[in-house]
Amino acid sequence: MTELRSRRVMAVASGGGHWVQLLRLRPAFSHQETTFVTVREQYRSDLDPGDRMIVVRDATRWDKFGVVILSLQIVWALIRVRPHIVISTGAAPGLIALRIGGLFGVRTVWVDSIANCEEVSLSGRRIGRHADLWLTQWAHLASEDGPRYVGSVA
Amino acid sequence: MSEAAILITVGAQMPFARLVDSVDRWAAQRPDASVFAQIGDQDPPPAHLHHVAMLLPEQLRSRIVEAEVVVSHAGMGTIITCLELGTPLIIFPREGARRETRNDHQVATAEHFGNRAGIWVASDEDELVRLLDDRSRLGTEAPTAPTTSPRLLDTIRDFVDA
Repeated sequence: MTELRSRRVMAVASGGGHWVQLLRLRPAFSHQETTFVTVREQYRSDLDPGDRMIVVRDATRWDKFGVVILSLQIVWALIRVRPHIVISTGAAPGLIALRIGGLFGVRTVWVDSIANCEEVSLSGRRIGRHADLWLTQWAHLASEDGPRYVGSVA
Repeated sequence: MSEAAILITVGAQMPFARLVDSVDRWAAQRPDASVFAQIGDQDPPPAHLHHVAMLLPEQLRSRIVEAEVVVSHAGMGTIITCLELGTPLIIFPREGARRETRNDHQVATAEHFGNRAGIWVASDEDELVRLLDDRSRLGTEAPTAPTTSPRLLDTIRDFVDA
């Protein structure tokens, strides 16, 4: 019998639909030590009492100052959590966490939002090929050199 | 908490006056209709609707539980929450050409989810008015709770544990 290796997981999502989708993926990683990184303190009520959560600034790619602050917060979160795996459903905080985490040798998962049903999101196209596991939630968006499709959260 | 039969929500990122004002005009002619709207920082605000700028996630959730029907932009958070809670949903998508969002992804989302039980799509004010007037019929077809694909969870779990 093989023993389950323990892993530290950092699960990252910005607000609204990104966060709701990340929560629906919880059964895939919550058996491991998980730290959630998101953009609103109020989301703590969606988690179990023992779950760890780090709140970072919400920023869009047009908000250069916000992106700098967010990047520093993500670096600090990575140093504190020292995750083996970073998983994200988007958007900006996840993109930055995957990019910087990847540079540190963290294994990364990008699950493109189910809201992107006509084309892979801009974030996904930017970060997808850097991710170790790149998934889309729409079968018709899967491709050889793009994301894989293995199902969706809804 | 007061119970509003119709809940309007436009999400946290930006206001959506075309939706809110359409419902406002509808409600002006139906004084007995009970409507509560989350409108963001819309200025001027609607005249005939109880409204707030923002709702906390758990407030939104309990409003969705209590609502007879939800009318929303095509935000995935609201769509998934309505499916989870079994509340009928009318989607009124933001349009890229009107600069209500950056492109037409909401129109595509509405098309993809619009054929699910318990979800309807209104692409303009007339369709919205028809659905609102007909709302007692919508309740007979509640959405069913979505499942996350087992294969999606397995794929991620195997990757995490490897």
